Amino acid sequence: MSTPKPIDKISGVETTGHEWDGITELNKPLPQWWLWVLYACIVWAIGYWIVYPAWPGIHCYTRGLWGYSQRQTVNDSIVAAHAAQGKFYDAVAKSDLATIQKTPDLLTFTNAGGRIAFATNCASCHGRGAQGGIGYPNLSDDDWLWGGKLDDIAKTLTIGIRGPNPDTRTSQMPRFGLDKLLEPTQINAAAEYVLSLSNSSHDAEAAGRGKQLFADNCAACHGSDGKGKQDVGSPNLTDAIWLYGGRKEDIVRSIETGRGGVMPTWGGRLDPVTIKMLAVYVHSLGGGQ
Amino acid sequence: MTLNTANPTVAIPERIDVAPVNKADGRDLYAKRKKIYPKLAFGKFRLIKWMVMAVTLGIYYAVPWIRWPRGAGLPDQAILADIINGRIFIGPIEIWPQEFYIVTGLLVLGAMALFLVTALAGRVWCGYACPQTVWTDLMIAVERFWQGDRNARIKLDAAPWTGHKLFLKTATHISWLLISIATGGAFVFYFRDAPTLMAEFVTFTAPLDAWLFLGIFTATTYLLGGLAREQVCTYMCPWPRIQGAMFDADSFLVSYRPHRGEPRGAHKKGDPWDFRGDCIDCNQCVAVCPMGIDIRDGAQLECIQCALCIDACNNVMDKVGRPNLLIAYDTFHNLDAVAKGTNVRIRIMRPRTVLYSSLIVLLCGLVLFALLARSDVSVALEPDRNPLFVRLSDNSIRNGYTIKILNKKQEPRHYALSLDGLPGGSMAILGQEGDPHALIVDPADTLVALRVYITVPPLALKQMTGHESHFDFVLTDITDGSITRHAAVFRRPQP
Repeated sequence: MSTPKPIDKISGVETTGHEWDGITELNKPLPQWWLWVLYACIVWAIGYWIVYPAWPGIHCYTRGLWGYSQRQTVNDSIVAAHAAQGKFYDAVAKSDLATIQKTPDLLTFTNAGGRIAFATNCASCHGRGAQGGIGYPNLSDDDWLWGGKLDDIAKTLTIGIRGPNPDTRTSQMPRFGLDKLLEPTQINAAAEYVLSLSNSSHDAEAAGRGKQLFADNCAACHGSDGKGKQDVGSPNLTDAIWLYGGRKEDIVRSIETGRGGVMPTWGGRLDPVTIKMLAVYVHSLGGGQ
Repeated sequence: MTLNTANPTVAIPERIDVAPVNKADGRDLYAKRKKIYPKLAFGKFRLIKWMVMAVTLGIYYAVPWIRWPRGAGLPDQAILADIINGRIFIGPIEIWPQEFYIVTGLLVLGAMALFLVTALAGRVWCGYACPQTVWTDLMIAVERFWQGDRNARIKLDAAPWTGHKLFLKTATHISWLLISIATGGAFVFYFRDAPTLMAEFVTFTAPLDAWLFLGIFTATTYLLGGLAREQVCTYMCPWPRIQGAMFDADSFLVSYRPHRGEPRGAHKKGDPWDFRGDCIDCNQCVAVCPMGIDIRDGAQLECIQCALCIDACNNVMDKVGRPNLLIAYDTFHNLDAVAKGTNVRIRIMRPRTVLYSSLIVLLCGLVLFALLARSDVSVALEPDRNPLFVRLSDNSIRNGYTIKILNKKQEPRHYALSLDGLPGGSMAILGQEGDPHALIVDPADTLVALRVYITVPPLALKQMTGHESHFDFVLTDITDGSITRHAAVFRRPQP
């Protein structure tokens, strides 16, 4: 079938007869079966178009005879995963928080689920590592406004703080300055006294004047010793943790303008199992009581 | 050594009318495959190839059945790649996924050994030990058993279809399929306990994966070894292309010695040997070649260096009374030198062989070190990065860590965890608070992950300099007292 082709002088092998600027190509024939493999691949591709989703349309696409859908596969996997988690979900729903914490399997499950739920719902205010920020409590330390026991945490999560829930935890730090309840010199003296409670550097004379002011205006909520009361969410003023800053100007500002952060109500927004998982997870961050 | 070097079928060396399939001219763009009918060779190299086949196939088929008792709950198969549980068992060695570098080291070692033998003697791997060569050789032997040697097979293929021909062809293919099934079966036995899986195959209760891989390897063995043969080496395998960079003019390659053989030509018994070469152009070398080439065309891509042409030619040289080794393992340098009437020395020590050998020694050392230094407990530490530290209400600073302890022993272990080098630091393990003497239990062949909090009180913080302190976690196995230390860092705010 083939006409005689020129022979390459160096190798003694014939060339394809093609020439590019004096460069010729040795004829190294492809095996015939390789060509058939190419045709088989073409046939395979056509078959693939028919049975699998292939061609895009304007509003839809060809779905293929086998009805395969990656989204359906994902949905099936999610359903299967939920089914596989079912026994843990049920166990978490039935158990009280202390039991969950004592059962290694459930603890692993709740901590894994709690970590994800925390990242989704809580991290925007409390930080990815629960380290908090100015006005947003650090959940990994050992200082708690409304209590750091498992049930306290779960309750705070469920009803929120100063939130829309009628049972929500609530209390108000008065605006002593804005509402003219105290004179600026009195505020200054009270702030110096507060500084003295945590052994921070302070003006002893002013603090002495502030002591009576504290007893009259602050002790009802913060306690006569300044250690705070968790049933009203009043912070402990004697420790090293300051939600709104521990410098004098921070404390003066808190007294002048009042404080009152809001925590959303998660009951009804998150299912009870997720709230339990979050409570156990937050408790495990290092500060749980 | 007394070897069967006499070929009874070649009484008088006579010219065989055969053209090499991969000849230099007259090529189409798409080459229709021409069937190769390799003639049975007799001689030293054929014997070596039979022995290599027996040893390699023996190892392949038999190894999964070697037992190695490891105790309850563990496989007692000497060599097993347990994919589901993420373990490779090799005799007394158990390799975890994070130790796969040991396997990588062995693979690199294999590659280096391949480079070295190629630099020394060309495609020894291809010619003797490559699975493609070994199984093709076996399939050809089976074909020869049913259909006879070269001439009989050519005749049978040319003959019209009869009951006898159908029987011979069917028997050949069924034999190939049986070998292929055994091959595919042996492969999956390396991944699941062999006797169990064998029973599952027989009772049709084996897992789908096992059937799938049995099917795949049966199909590839039948297709590549039985049907495709030399096509795999010539067209599919990358090694013939790579090897061009692996050997040089001092490598011993299967070569025709033209200075001795040329001018070639037919020779009648009693004719003088003056003014002519030793090659009597009998084409025996072409007839035995499983790759369908003529070695007298020189070194070429298709040649797998199986040396069967050496055997064939030696037999002919014996018959005509000329010296052996007209075709022999020889170097390009030597061939050139002899053609010019000079001599060159054989150079085994060359930069590339020295380099490959040094790398092999180095790698052997590294793999051996990795195996010997392998501990049966390992500790991985992740310090919390967010937050780096937490201030507590009494001004203490706390750091959090996740510690993972791998127990590679086949029995549960009990550890005590303590700190060394962090004055004033106290440790709490999540879930074990309030029990400073709590033991960590690590079940056999398992990993435990612990959340650990370390707190340093204000007074101790004052003694620290800088914003981080280095200390060690000390893990003590309370059974045998062995100690594993892991370096860690305690971070605190800038003082």
